[in-house]
Amino acid sequence: MGVEFIFPEFEVVRNENRCIACRVCERQCANEVHTFSAEKDIMLSDETKCVNCQRCVSLCPTRALKIVKSDCTLRENANWQNDTIKEIYKQANSGGVLLSSMGNPKPFPVYWDRILINASQVTNPPIDPLREPMETRVFLGKKPAGIERDENGQLKNNLPVHLELSMPIMFSAMSYGSISYNAHAALARAATELGILYNTGEGGLHEDFYCYGENTIVQVASGRFGVHEDYLKAGAAIEIKMGQGAKPGIGGHLPGEKIVDDVSRTRMIPEGSDAISPAPHHDIYSIEDLRQLVFSLKEATQYSKPVIVKVAAVHNIAAIASGIARSGADIIAIDGFRGGTGAAPTRIRDNVGIPIELALASVDRRLRDEGIRNNVSLVVGGSVRSASDVVKAIALGADACYIATAALLALGCHLCRTCQSGRCNWGIATQKPELVKRLNPDIGCERLVNLMNAWRHEIKELMGGMGINSIEALKGNRLMLRGVGLNQKELEILGISHAGE
Amino acid sequence: MILNVQGLDYTAINELIRNQKRDCTLDNCCGQRFIAAGMADKKITLNGVPGNALGAYLNGAVITVNGNAQDAVGDTMNEGKIIVNGNIGDTAGYAMRGGRIYVRGNAGYRAGIHMKEYKEKVPLMIIGGTAGSFLGEYQAGGIIIVLNLEKKEKIVSNFTCTGMHGGKMYLRSDCKNIVFPNQVTAKRADENDLKQLRKHLTEYCKLFSLNIDEVLDSPFTVVSPDSKNPYKQMYVAN
Repeated sequence: MGVEFIFPEFEVVRNENRCIACRVCERQCANEVHTFSAEKDIMLSDETKCVNCQRCVSLCPTRALKIVKSDCTLRENANWQNDTIKEIYKQANSGGVLLSSMGNPKPFPVYWDRILINASQVTNPPIDPLREPMETRVFLGKKPAGIERDENGQLKNNLPVHLELSMPIMFSAMSYGSISYNAHAALARAATELGILYNTGEGGLHEDFYCYGENTIVQVASGRFGVHEDYLKAGAAIEIKMGQGAKPGIGGHLPGEKIVDDVSRTRMIPEGSDAISPAPHHDIYSIEDLRQLVFSLKEATQYSKPVIVKVAAVHNIAAIASGIARSGADIIAIDGFRGGTGAAPTRIRDNVGIPIELALASVDRRLRDEGIRNNVSLVVGGSVRSASDVVKAIALGADACYIATAALLALGCHLCRTCQSGRCNWGIATQKPELVKRLNPDIGCERLVNLMNAWRHEIKELMGGMGINSIEALKGNRLMLRGVGLNQKELEILGISHAGE
Repeated sequence: MILNVQGLDYTAINELIRNQKRDCTLDNCCGQRFIAAGMADKKITLNGVPGNALGAYLNGAVITVNGNAQDAVGDTMNEGKIIVNGNIGDTAGYAMRGGRIYVRGNAGYRAGIHMKEYKEKVPLMIIGGTAGSFLGEYQAGGIIIVLNLEKKEKIVSNFTCTGMHGGKMYLRSDCKNIVFPNQVTAKRADENDLKQLRKHLTEYCKLFSLNIDEVLDSPFTVVSPDSKNPYKQMYVAN
């Protein structure tokens, strides 16, 4: 107390007229905010422990609770804002590196929100997706350089291995360990039902989920957790993780308390031991080294799986992508600086990397300029929040999008941004059995399928409005986009005109 | 079955190996990468110098190299054995999670980075000569033994065991001239350690015709991590 005390960010407001002291809030809060006072026969709350995950609010049977931002603030100061000052207090108290979760919450420009989509009027009529067929299928991988025919003039099948998706969206990498068994089960089942793919992240693949292999991307990252021959052969594709949008240039530490029984076995490290992913792959210091890892994976799986290389969107992303496109990789995944994470140092998350919109536009242009765009497919993530973001991404040149935060929201995440604590009250970012069981994988799967079906229909409507009936015709179609409130340089990088032009 | 692999590329070589029933010898190997990647049930003898990533993701096969091997020997291997009669390059046994790598000569930089273990599955890497910098960096499990049989001045180079948080390392030296990082403890091997060492070294000494008593008749240093959570105190929740 005293100098170490930091005033809590939230207030728990309990309507005493409604509260029946049923103690649901007490049982539901893993942070132990709520307690029952037998003496006074009322519920008490300790708001210092509240993370505003809204679990108690959602489960209170009498709607007696709300969590509000505390109005007890330090003196207003445009330069020294509340959060900035509190961060200093936390570091002065502990000497620690600030650790945060989920995507960058700072008010950086969101370019998706400054791009508008075209629609047909009078000429080139719109298409109604309720009555006319629309193609949302996409194929990811290398495109063949040309058509080849045999001596009888028949087409030769020279198609490299590729992935087929029913819609241009995949669930991006979240490891088993950072998220729960039930969360993985829901993602795997939903991907299978939807005809898309989910991604194991770097925590290996639990033996129960091998059956979803055709809809699974298996990841190989610098810690190589859970990587072995059967794992590589189990998936539909292999992703080499070089970087992550939320924490470009650094590795990961999954704390020992999340390395429980099954997680430990899946990762092949002892229980309770930290799972440390080094910042670099220590065998990759060049594009040639990357090529070596790509081809070692291809050799081990006998060229039956496309290889994805995932990188964070950083300043020289266009040159980096150009290198990757020549490394033998089939797909490049680029993760923007607003992408989520189970834990990242705050300073890195909030200050490193670039927006995915700009990264995507410049990579697509660079690969086209160099005549190597067809060497690879481009998948982008790092805060794709809606069907319109997906449509804009495709028009900027993406082949498909990766979503993760949106998928977690569908599973019940309330974006309280405390995944690193391991006490996720929604059963997602936790390994505590009593919390994990709160997430019902059947319901989770259904909600993910609902979300994707809704987006699929919205994508069709947006495309139909433009008079476009297939994703292929939308890809890289920048004429369908206009910027608002963007400067000349931003428009130039995005390769789009300003609204009204 | 003896196969001449001169002029063949790695895809062709691996195809050839896959088509063998079990044992095969590859002659005139010259720098081809990824040999035996992911293979499980083969016994392969290589004459010449295999290229990078020999036995990557190896899943049970046994590889003997009569010569040197290059970088990334046994990358992420799961089971099996790689025996090298010469020296090996950098990053051998990266993230190895099972099996054995036996090297008669020296290892380059970053051998045994991020080796793992789980319960009874404990990988083992034995280097007969010396090892380069960053040996056992981020070591999370498994056993690394360096013997310095030729008695060079330094058994290992700089930054050995940086970030080590699991497993064990045995160095056949008093290690007086070696600086270890703060988060590990290096001590002289005791009776119990020597018993373990004898167990680990038996097969190695037999393979390379070494007298195990002579090998063990020398001071050994055992290095183990102080904590399996080395960075726990580093962070504060924000």
